[in-house]
Amino acid sequence: MGLKSNLHNLKEKYKGTKMAPAFNAIHTFLYLPNETTHNGTHIKAADDLKRTMNIVIMAMVPCLIFGIFNAGYQHYSAIDAAAGVVREVSLLGNFITWDNFVIGAWTVLPLVIVSYGVGLLVEFIFAVIKGHEVEEGYLVTGMLVPLIVPVDIPLWMLSVAVIFGVVIGKEVFGGTGMNILNPALTIRAFLFFAYPTWMSGDKVWVHGATELAGTPDAISGETLLGAYAQGNTLPNIDLMDMFFGFIPGSVGETSKLLILVGAAILIFSKVGSWRIIFSTLVGALTMGLIFNGVVSAEWIGESSKFYGLMNIPFWQHLIIGSILFGAVYMATDPVTASQTNKGKWIYGFLIGFISIMIRVFNPAYPEGVFLAILLMNVFAPTIDHYVIQGNVKRRMKRLKVKTA
Amino acid sequence: MSNDIKIKKGLDIKLKGAAEKAVEKAIISNTCTVRPEDFHSVIPKLAVKVGEKVKAGQALFFNKTNESVKFTSPVSGEVIEIARGEKRKILSIKIQADKEQSFEDFGALKVDSAKAEDIKARLLASGCWAFVKQRPYDVIANPEVAPKAIFISGYSSAPLAADLDYTLEGKAAELQAAVSALAKLTEGKVHVSVGKNGNSPLAGLSNITLHNVSGPHPSGNVGTLINKTDPVNKGETVWTVAAQDLVIIGELLLTGKFNAERLVALAGSSVKKPRYFKTKIGSEIATMVYDNGVDKDGNDRIISGNVLSGKQVKPDGNLDYYSNVISVIPEGDDYEFFGWNKPIFNKVSTSRALTFSWLTPNKKFELNTNTNGEHRNFVITGSYEEVFPLDIFPMQILKSCLYQDLDEMEALGMYEVAPEDFALTEFVCVSKQPHQDIIRKGLDLMLKEIG
Repeated sequence: MGLKSNLHNLKEKYKGTKMAPAFNAIHTFLYLPNETTHNGTHIKAADDLKRTMNIVIMAMVPCLIFGIFNAGYQHYSAIDAAAGVVREVSLLGNFITWDNFVIGAWTVLPLVIVSYGVGLLVEFIFAVIKGHEVEEGYLVTGMLVPLIVPVDIPLWMLSVAVIFGVVIGKEVFGGTGMNILNPALTIRAFLFFAYPTWMSGDKVWVHGATELAGTPDAISGETLLGAYAQGNTLPNIDLMDMFFGFIPGSVGETSKLLILVGAAILIFSKVGSWRIIFSTLVGALTMGLIFNGVVSAEWIGESSKFYGLMNIPFWQHLIIGSILFGAVYMATDPVTASQTNKGKWIYGFLIGFISIMIRVFNPAYPEGVFLAILLMNVFAPTIDHYVIQGNVKRRMKRLKVKTA
Repeated sequence: MSNDIKIKKGLDIKLKGAAEKAVEKAIISNTCTVRPEDFHSVIPKLAVKVGEKVKAGQALFFNKTNESVKFTSPVSGEVIEIARGEKRKILSIKIQADKEQSFEDFGALKVDSAKAEDIKARLLASGCWAFVKQRPYDVIANPEVAPKAIFISGYSSAPLAADLDYTLEGKAAELQAAVSALAKLTEGKVHVSVGKNGNSPLAGLSNITLHNVSGPHPSGNVGTLINKTDPVNKGETVWTVAAQDLVIIGELLLTGKFNAERLVALAGSSVKKPRYFKTKIGSEIATMVYDNGVDKDGNDRIISGNVLSGKQVKPDGNLDYYSNVISVIPEGDDYEFFGWNKPIFNKVSTSRALTFSWLTPNKKFELNTNTNGEHRNFVITGSYEEVFPLDIFPMQILKSCLYQDLDEMEALGMYEVAPEDFALTEFVCVSKQPHQDIIRKGLDLMLKEIG
């Protein structure tokens, strides 16, 4: 009982001081607080925000681990490819290897550490200044950020983006629960618009590609989506590779299988909204089908720069790029999504729909998911407004029937 | 004629320590305390002084804004203390009970032939009006406004609630007198709900519209009954009366005496032998909880009312004016190591976030008063809707109360709700927001601004 009572004494000591939120954040990390209910319900359900957020993080861990191995694998694979050797992926043979892990951990873990370190520091500073408790929202954001950036992003760039995202995306609105835009996507968008040469193009997606560019050992750092947008494809990648994730891309978004595992965890634990996930995918498929229709109606020729992506069979849109990752982990953020159940259907559908539209019509940077989600974040309150008006109108109508 | 109301959204919180169906006569309480705060929004104007003798049914205080509404003494005896708080606010009126109880005689009233005004006057004079509440605002009914309907819930679905089928047994005559009298006070119907599989004495009454309800809590809340049958619109008023209070009203009409006796359940996991007591409104809690009840030095919370909407009281406190249950559960003022991420089997949860109460739907839990986490902004969406059967957006109405937008509160349905309707959403709230308090404050604001 030593630690428990010591911490309790410290908590009493810090009570009311500026440092109390900072201390409590660490204390409540170790112990569920001794707070009891006052008037109102005298009992409460077991879940709190920490538990909820923890489930989301656990649902992302498989993606992170896969991302570490994949970073190493893509590095070596690209070197082989540059030397003219074509690699066949084999899970235990050349994917889960010590070499891959070392390279991957060496590049990915610093991203995780910087993301959490910088972000939590900002959170603590704001909590101390404003005197509120340190909120759990960043635990998820901090995990999302490393998964949605290219492996070779410089750490200073990430730090700047994280500070911007946490301050402008969240704290200025009043912290977790008050923000309009998804903080992780705000960070991603900041990176994209502030350092466009870094965040697009064909160099940053494979570790080492940037450093080696222009040298005789130069390797390709291109993603599949980038290749498609040029009307090309990457050599030696089949559908199974895309599904299992043995392709270049942002750190954690390549393995569709593990994202589906994460989705299963979120849906089963009732933490993520199945309505949003499902309707996002439906929206994406719908847009994909429309484009397929456009191609088969021959409204657009092979010479068109949109042809490459429009011509992909509609269902393949789900396994290239990060639409699935966005649908499962980003669109479901309850704060920035629609808050009504009906609204969630509309919100998700439009995200999927617009994502694929941006993907096809924006060949310079063909991943539209983050833009689509940010856009719908902005419109989510509008969607909710109309859903709620339905309820309000029903009530008004009842009144009119009575008075008439 | 009966209608079925089936509730799907909701949650039965199964707790250990439901009261056994055995009645014991409680030790007669030496003192009886009436607290004006039980009557929300009533500003009391005293009618007695310390040292004065009162009979049971004699007025202790009036409602200052509407002096016809009287609040009467549940017992006969001597007023020994009037406790005051800040700004001389009256906190409680304590009466030393006589050994031999004497009653103010209001005279029996033939309900069938009585006129509506006579019934109303009788209820007001005897203090029984306090049992008639109104919506909007969930306060004591304004006698000048005729309600469009009257609602009575004869089904208790709250955790550890007193079983109304049991406590009302054998009171059919009183219940009939009360509902017949109430029926004369409204042009509309008297809606009564009973459990679908129960054998409530209310089911056999005449002059009522009967509804059979089934499904999880809050199927027994009167707010659910109102919303599913005849929701309150702007400008309308409905009255609600708790079923156990019908017995007191009925007895008054039949005998002319205000007999504040009621069957109270003593329940909860901290109680050794949970059972029913026959006692009076305002009695000391200590007369019931210690004999085969709780340990004297136990770390327990005693609640006058149910665990979701009741009021915390001290052992020397008293049964409040409306409750028919005293719940005692363990306090949860202790830390729990890694309590936020380890798998949890012994607490109730509607999610499956490493919480496993969904595996054991029939298990009875022993919950304590720990909040299981800290207060946060609203974050999670969609969880309230699962336990909230009313045709209202719970999160949006709560937020509109927080930012005090009267138009929006009105549009979203504030006229229809009472704090207890938000007890379950408060229970499941991941952000540990005080929903019932938010709604109460919102209703108070509307009462003040709109009236």
